[in-house]
Formats: sequence, structure tokens, C-alpha cells
Amino acid sequence: MVQVNFHTPDGEKISIDAPEGESVMQVAVQNGIRWIVGECGGSLMCATCHVYVDPDNSQRLGVASDDEDEMLEAAASPRTECSRLSCQIRLGEADQGINIHLPPTQR
Amino acid sequence: MNGQLIDETIPVLNDDPFSLENLRVPEAFDAKLREAGPLVYLERYGIYASGQHAVVEEAFTDYGRFTSSHGTGLKNLAHEHFWRAPTILEMDPPEHTPGRKVMNRVLGAPNIRKFRENFEQTAEQMVDDLVSRGRFDLAKDLAEAFLLAVLPDAAGLPQEGRDRFLAISRMNFQSMGPENELYFESLKDVGGDADAAMAWVFDRVRRELVSDGGFGAQLYGYADEGTIPESQAAIMTGAFIIAGMDTTMYGIGLALQSLAERPEQYKLLHENPELARNAFEESMRFRASSPRIGRTTRDVPETELAGHRIPALQKFLGFVGAAGRDPRRWERPDEFDITRVATGHLAFGAGVHNCVGQMIARLEAECLIKAFARRVREVRIVGTPIEVTSNWLRGYESVPIEVVAA
Repeated sequence: MVQVNFHTPDGEKISIDAPEGESVMQVAVQNGIRWIVGECGGSLMCATCHVYVDPDNSQRLGVASDDEDEMLEAAASPRTECSRLSCQIRLGEADQGINIHLPPTQR
Repeated sequence: MNGQLIDETIPVLNDDPFSLENLRVPEAFDAKLREAGPLVYLERYGIYASGQHAVVEEAFTDYGRFTSSHGTGLKNLAHEHFWRAPTILEMDPPEHTPGRKVMNRVLGAPNIRKFRENFEQTAEQMVDDLVSRGRFDLAKDLAEAFLLAVLPDAAGLPQEGRDRFLAISRMNFQSMGPENELYFESLKDVGGDADAAMAWVFDRVRRELVSDGGFGAQLYGYADEGTIPESQAAIMTGAFIIAGMDTTMYGIGLALQSLAERPEQYKLLHENPELARNAFEESMRFRASSPRIGRTTRDVPETELAGHRIPALQKFLGFVGAAGRDPRRWERPDEFDITRVATGHLAFGAGVHNCVGQMIARLEAECLIKAFARRVREVRIVGTPIEVTSNWLRGYESVPIEVVAA
């Protein structure tokens, strides 16, 4: 299991233990983290699972693909250099304790 | 029929999901299927099926075990001929990938934003006209009329011959189920020849006929770049229109009917029309407009699913409508609640083949439901709604309503 720490816009921290191989978006949707909507189910057609990955955790993730980059342009909350689509973050052992900051709005 | 059962621990059901009764109102069959076990054998058709969320999702998200290349309907194309040319829906990665990438670009959220204003205006005008009449049909006058007003234009379809598309679309969906009366009737409606009807569709979306700015023209643009073959541009444009009309108009009709039936839910929406998009999402969970999606096991001796064994090249139907009511996944599954977190349902499928038109369907639904919510204070059903009888889709032919303007 990989611990994922979601930080809500109000500063609350919600920690969830998730199986390896799941995406951060799946973990959020299945656990009722309502700041992540995940409309398109992870097929890179929307930007409603936009998150800000803590800079301490982002190194392992590498850069966003062109398709992800294009979708992020359509995100409802401001895009920063920490912006990622959480459907593209597949949890591995190295992500233990990853900190995910949630944007105020997704649509 | 090529069904084969090798695992005797799999429950067998003799019920018919394609009986007229179960097609119109599938909840009773769905519940029986879902509670019979995680994986069930439907002996009438010789197919495997599941109505449990986790099992259906697992099958859909693993194309390594469950392929789409033998069709996503009831027919097993490993053994039977199909009249329609394969689209990306009947291809798995890697063949599937370039076409899907292009469709994602064309139908993804960034590219479809430009349609919002037009969809909103059309919806507002349509709702205004109907509300001034007081009584109208939610399915026919609103949901169907709206889709016909916006979708063919968005695709760039020429004016001439548009009405024939709907008949061909209906035949296409009837052909996804058993070869029964419903299918043969729908075939008559398009002139008796499915191949000829489809050839006509692709001819109507050829390069020189589609208008600039529509999805069709964009797809031909990708063909010019060499990203997809020219022939795929026509097939994708035609398939987009065929696949996107009934599914969406029925989906919107189901959502509005659910709201009309529940004054307390409608009040929430009327007071906060921003809930429109989520109301549609919840409705898709609650009553999917395309409630079954097929896959086929690969040509390997055994495929494992839910602790059971399935032999080679067997049809599996994921009952996504049943999965939307699975208490293992959803709290209060039989309650229609437009404020719940409804994403994660399987009504648009899941995995690489999930619905490519889903973002435009949501946009259409949001615009129309929002316009309705703003202008209608109260809505009441004033006659008996008539369900669609389709082998593959669920919705309403007619829902007579009376409204009080806001």
C-alpha cells in the first residue's frame, strides 16, 4: 500500500492508503475526495482531476506528456509548475507519503 | 451460438435481458444478475455477464484479457460476420492508439469549449419557446430536438439527408443486440440493406461535403498531416454522429424525467442550476442510456475473472446500468441524488475504449438541463411516459410534461 496525503484548499489533510498501480485520480474518486472530479475516467479528455503535486514529490513523476500538457491548459483553477493531471500519476513504491494539494475548483 | 462453459462454479441464469420488458425497464433483471454472483453465464445467449461494478471495471480496463476486436455488442465477431467496417471501437492498442489520440484532441475539453456559447443559446431559445407553450414533450420536443439542432452542425454535416441519419443510427444500435423483430424492423426503416445504409453515411461525410470548423473537417485535417488515413476520417466522422445522437438525447431525457418525477431534487436544481452537470452524471449512474457493453476473451485456453475461468473467444457483457446500482460501490444506490459524487460510474465505459464523445455529451446535457432549470420553476409529468424499445439503448420516446415558468 502507498500512503497518499490529500491537502484540501481549506488546509485539511486526508491520508489514504492505496494499492500500488492505481492512479491518484482513482484513489480520490473511490474515496469521495470531492475536489477531484475525474469526469473522463482517466482518458485524457478533460482536466477535472487537476492537482498540484508537492515539489518534494514531483521529481519521480517526470514531465507531463504533450496530451496531458494540452489538457492542463483547460484546467479551471490556475495552472502552476506543480500542476498535473492526477489520472496520469500511477502510484508506485517510490510515491510513499506523496503530498497532493487540491485546487479550489475543477469545473 | 458459440458459448462454452468450463467452470461449473459459475451461476447460470436463464432470464432474457433482451425481452421487451427487460429492455424497457431493466432494473429487475439487473438486480438478479448482480446478486447471482460476480460472474454469471446467460445460457440463452451463451455469454458471460456481470452486473458488479468492480468486475465490469476490471474487464473493461484490461484489453490484454478482454478484447474489443470481436465487437462490443452481443455478436461475437470471432465467429460471425458483421456488416459494418471496423472503427477504432473494434481495435485494441497499438492499432487503436493513433485514431483515439486524434479523437481525444478533437472531442476533448479544450477543443469543444468553442461550442459552449452556441449550445447555450440554442438551449435557451428552445426552452423559452417550449415554456411559453406550457405543455410539451420532454423527450421529443426538448431532448431529441436539441440534439438534432446542435450535433450535426458541430460535426459539420451537410443539411441534406440529415433525417436519415437518425434511422440509420437506430438500426446500428438494434444490430448490437440479438437478430430479433426489433432489429429487422429497424433494418426495414433504412431500406433493408445495412451495408448500403452505412456506405451512404460515409458518403455524406466525405471531405468536400463537411463544413469548415466542424469535427469532420478537423479529422480530415489530421488525415492531411498523415496522422490517420483519409478513409478513417470519414469513418470516424460518420461513427461520431451515429454514436452520439441517440445515446445523448436518451441520456438527457432520462435525467430530465428523473428530475420531473422528484420535486425535491428538481427544487435543488432550480435553486442552483450549476448542479446541472452533476445531475446528468448522477443520471448516467442511475439509468445508463447504453446499459450494456461487450468484450470477448482472447484466443487463449483460459481467462480469469472474479476467481472464475472463461474459455477462449467467449463473449462477455458488462451490464453498466446494473453496476451503477451496485451497493458494493455506491451508497444508497437506488436513490437519485444530484448532489452526490457520481463520477466513477461505468456508463461511458472504462479503460482505453471509454466513450470518446463523453465530454461533448456532458456539455450538451449541461447546457440543456441548465437552461431548463433556470426557466422552469415547477415541472409535472402529465401522461404516461413511453420507453424506447431498443436492443442496445435505454431512454424515453415520450414524456408529456406541464411546466410553470420561473
